[in-house]
Amino acid sequence: MSAIPSPNETAVPVLSVRDLSIALPPGADRPHAVANISFDVHAGRILCLLGESGSGKSILASTVMGLLPEGLRPVGGQVLLHDQDVLRYSPEAMRAIRGSQVAMVFQEPMTALNPVMSCGAQVDEVLRQHTALDRAGRRARVLEIFQHVRLPEPQRIYDSFPHQLSGGQRQRIVIAMALILKPALLICDEPTTALDVTTQAEILKLIRDLQAENGTAVLFITHDFGVVAEIADEVVVLQLGQMIEHGSKEQVLTAPREDYTRSLLDAVLELEPAQRPELPHSYPLLEVQHLFKTYETRRWPAKPRIVNAVDDISLRLHAGETIGIVGESGSGKSTFARCVARLIEPSAGDIFSDGRSVARASVRDLRPFRQVVQVVFQDPYRSLNPRQTVGESIIEGPLNFGVPRAQAWAAAEELMRLVRMKPEALRRYPSEFSGGQRQRISIARALACKPKVLIADEAVSALDVSVQAQILQLLDDIQRELRIGILFITHDLRVASRICDRIVVLHQGKVVEEGPARNLFTAPQSDYTRLLMAAAPGRAYRFARSSAAPSVLVDA
Amino acid sequence: MLRRLWAHGPIRWSSLLLLLLLVLVVGAPWFGTLLPDAMDPANANLPMFTRALFNDLSGDSYEHLFLLGTDAMGRDLWSRMLYGGRISLTVGAVVALFSLLLGSLVGLVSGYFRRVDMLLMRCMDGLMAIPAMIFAISLVAIFGARLSTLLVAITIPEIPRVARLVRSVVLGVREEAYVEAAVALATPTLKILRRHILPNAIAPLIIQGTYICAAAILIESSLSFLGLGLSAEEATWGSIMAEGRSQFNQHPNVVLLPGVLLALTVLAVNMLGDGLRDRLDPKFNKRT
Amino acid sequence: MYIFVLRRILSTIPVLGIVALIVFMMLHLAPGDPAAIIVGDNGSLADIQRVRDQLGLNESLPMQFWHWLLRLLQGDLGRSIFIPQSVVSLIGQRIGPTFSLAGLTLVFTLLLAIPLGTIAAWKRNSWLDRGLMAASAAGFSVPAFVVGYLFIWLFGLRLQWFPVQGYIPPAQSLSGWLHGLVLPALTLAMVYIALIARVTRAAVSEALTEDYIRTARSKGIAEWRVLLRHALANAAVPIVTVVGIGVALLITGVVVTETVFAIPGLGRLTVDAVLSRDFPMIQGVTLFFSFVYVVVNLLVDLSYLLLDPRIRY
Repeated sequence: MSAIPSPNETAVPVLSVRDLSIALPPGADRPHAVANISFDVHAGRILCLLGESGSGKSILASTVMGLLPEGLRPVGGQVLLHDQDVLRYSPEAMRAIRGSQVAMVFQEPMTALNPVMSCGAQVDEVLRQHTALDRAGRRARVLEIFQHVRLPEPQRIYDSFPHQLSGGQRQRIVIAMALILKPALLICDEPTTALDVTTQAEILKLIRDLQAENGTAVLFITHDFGVVAEIADEVVVLQLGQMIEHGSKEQVLTAPREDYTRSLLDAVLELEPAQRPELPHSYPLLEVQHLFKTYETRRWPAKPRIVNAVDDISLRLHAGETIGIVGESGSGKSTFARCVARLIEPSAGDIFSDGRSVARASVRDLRPFRQVVQVVFQDPYRSLNPRQTVGESIIEGPLNFGVPRAQAWAAAEELMRLVRMKPEALRRYPSEFSGGQRQRISIARALACKPKVLIADEAVSALDVSVQAQILQLLDDIQRELRIGILFITHDLRVASRICDRIVVLHQGKVVEEGPARNLFTAPQSDYTRLLMAAAPGRAYRFARSSAAPSVLVDA
Repeated sequence: MLRRLWAHGPIRWSSLLLLLLLVLVVGAPWFGTLLPDAMDPANANLPMFTRALFNDLSGDSYEHLFLLGTDAMGRDLWSRMLYGGRISLTVGAVVALFSLLLGSLVGLVSGYFRRVDMLLMRCMDGLMAIPAMIFAISLVAIFGARLSTLLVAITIPEIPRVARLVRSVVLGVREEAYVEAAVALATPTLKILRRHILPNAIAPLIIQGTYICAAAILIESSLSFLGLGLSAEEATWGSIMAEGRSQFNQHPNVVLLPGVLLALTVLAVNMLGDGLRDRLDPKFNKRT
Repeated sequence: MYIFVLRRILSTIPVLGIVALIVFMMLHLAPGDPAAIIVGDNGSLADIQRVRDQLGLNESLPMQFWHWLLRLLQGDLGRSIFIPQSVVSLIGQRIGPTFSLAGLTLVFTLLLAIPLGTIAAWKRNSWLDRGLMAASAAGFSVPAFVVGYLFIWLFGLRLQWFPVQGYIPPAQSLSGWLHGLVLPALTLAMVYIALIARVTRAAVSEALTEDYIRTARSKGIAEWRVLLRHALANAAVPIVTVVGIGVALLITGVVVTETVFAIPGLGRLTVDAVLSRDFPMIQGVTLFFSFVYVVVNLLVDLSYLLLDPRIRY
């Protein structure tokens, strides 16, 4: 990052946000989406806007683009682009600078491109709108930028449709679209959050290289301290629409002034195995032998296609042990979890629970197994029936196993205390709770059956970092108290390093590496594991930490 | 919940209108009507708001206010319209109810038990390929124009649409994590259907039900208008209009008044459906 | 892609088979002897016997279906009981007026409904949108025969702009053909416009909430381009789907509209067949209309290939 010139303090910043406030519609949980925000972004510099969900960081991006959703309006302050207040621009004037002087890269590459238009045509639209180039000239420019963002075979990509490309390739198209006219300001709204960690590393590098080359000013929105450490020059920390802290990257990450920043930094997980107690020798709770799950698409008269989603995976899980199943999207980790939980039937191999084979058991024969193995799902917003009270959801399992209602309810109240929520929450509906609270409820529901094994399928992936740390702590505490075995499915090595005894790394359905967490992190054996570890953003950075462990609060 | 629905203008007004119509139609004898088929050729084609002496064919004779005038055979239009409304509302309600019940059953079975899905859905596709009107016409032609035949003939073509709707809800909800969670909790299949899946179908079904009700009223009136509905003596909105056609140029009110009432009724039912859709199910925005 | 086309074409076969079975069973499920039903209450025993022979009713039911199906596959729908002609040739004679009417209706519909629906979606919740949607609800609710008579009364009798009865073949007079079809086509289009405008509005509004619209706007391209190239292009599949399904409504409307405007088309043929209890004729038109519906929806599905590259590749 030495190529970045230091800003000339007297130079006019490319973007200057001054005392900006944006009102939320009446009836929202707070009067302003963001209030009294001020910062400058200079040419050739990257400013990171950092905040958890609800901090108002994306609203700021939309304001600068002039694309605020209906119902939101700026009520004070200025947004100066080269000393011109864009808040006073007419819609036409705003449209003229969008794409040419200010451009944007979005979070979701899978949905950010028009599925019915070829990628080339979508980039071409920018040139068509803002330049007088003819058809051939435009095509040449598009192919050139495709080359520049390191897309393979630009000619082929030009005529491809988005669904034919990978997530990383689509994000390169969006970046090409944003940078083709060399805008003075680039806004990136969580551009790598939806990508796998190896792809994320490539895209971050690309953005950094291109902005350095063109001297672009970048406003980079993220929730991830690792990404900040990789890319930022300056950092602005937001919380619920308020500017908490503003400083250079070094200052904010290593010597934060504010408590809130410090608490966020404390929640950042390091890629370092945690201290885990030794496990006594015991009989495995769950044993998986040579598990396969094969999907066959047989849509006559097309040729059948066979996909090995899970390809020969074996493992043993003991009481009190946590095994991490780590892999990127498409690695088969979730399919494996669903097979082991017997939500789907494996194609081959065997699963033993308490010495009984359950791989091919019928719905009726699975009943005892269901009591032993429970699942916590990824998306806390979809894993609870919105039409049932929390209590009804939690006692559903015990009722199915013949526990009397009153007894099940009393047990549910006890469980709410275990997951650090108030028993009164049982009578309320899931919609009244935050994502983290719902995940606690899901854990309580899984524990209500008194299982011996908990399968957590990306159980903390959808949560903010601070909440993530709390839930991981909770799982750890519960495991210590109840001596359950946990199968922890995740894409995030840092999360896995925090709570796992053993780790299995999956790639394309196969086990690439397996071993005790300590060995895996200190001396990874396979190239793929090394690649995953190298790609984790901010791994080389030493964040400021207070000595106290993340506080786990009772909420609800 | 009900208060929230009531606060919605279109829902309030359309349900009030339908309620008023229901009261008028059910209580037809008390709202200044004669028997719908009582005729007095001497009083043919009276204009609206005429008070005249009415000589029934049976020999009775009494003074009567003809609110909307009379038709070519001297029958009171107001009375015929109210009594005709009984048929329309019955058809709308019964067809909606039965097609929802049968369609839901087919849809549930098809959506949850994949083995019969293929067969059931092909049958539904076949049934859907026969346009509802043509199906109803053929059935009525074969089985004769009784009310029961009419109800069956209009109900059957609506079943596939309901079945598809319920099936798509089931297929969508099956994938939800909370249904998987219920499976993991060893909840029996029937209980999963009842507790976790079916409640999601209720709002779309109520909405679909209003649209079916409107469509059924339209089809019934079209059939009677074509002379293919209930026997010609029975007063229905469609048959009143059909009989008024021959002298439409001179007395358009005989055709247009029942037409307006019919259109208002269907409009009210449709508005109710639209309002319910806005309120109950923001995602269910397509009408297929 | 060819595989998609092949699969889709082949998938119409079971549907048509089930249609044929339903149409066949309709007559044979009726209580009593189909021949007696056909002949009606005034027929003599000899009449019944004649019809029995004509329809081959003395065979077992599956054999009857099999023979009927074989004849069907050869394009033989039987003979009308009252007009001494084959059902196929009678349908052939009446296709012209009906297809003219349906074609003009489709033109009116697409020209009006898609722009109106798109504008309503773009200006969602504006007065324009509310007005258009109220009009569409009304269009949906007024039956074709009421609309027809309103039009006759207003444009035919009062203003005398258009003729109100009959049909002039295009071979005789092209302008007369078009002139005569305007009112019936508008009548028929009413419900169809209401339907397609609604669906267009719903589909375009949904597309407008997608991320790629935000991307398009962030490129600074003109709003009409966002609306057409991005929103409408993505809404095309649901719209076309409903255009196909709506053909069922169109067929219902044809029957009524042809009666109101005295157009000698298939709709009128159907009504006459039913009134005279001409069962081979009824079966014939039912099969024909269903066939049209299936073919239109096949074409609609094949059009997805043009509209959505995700299906093409």
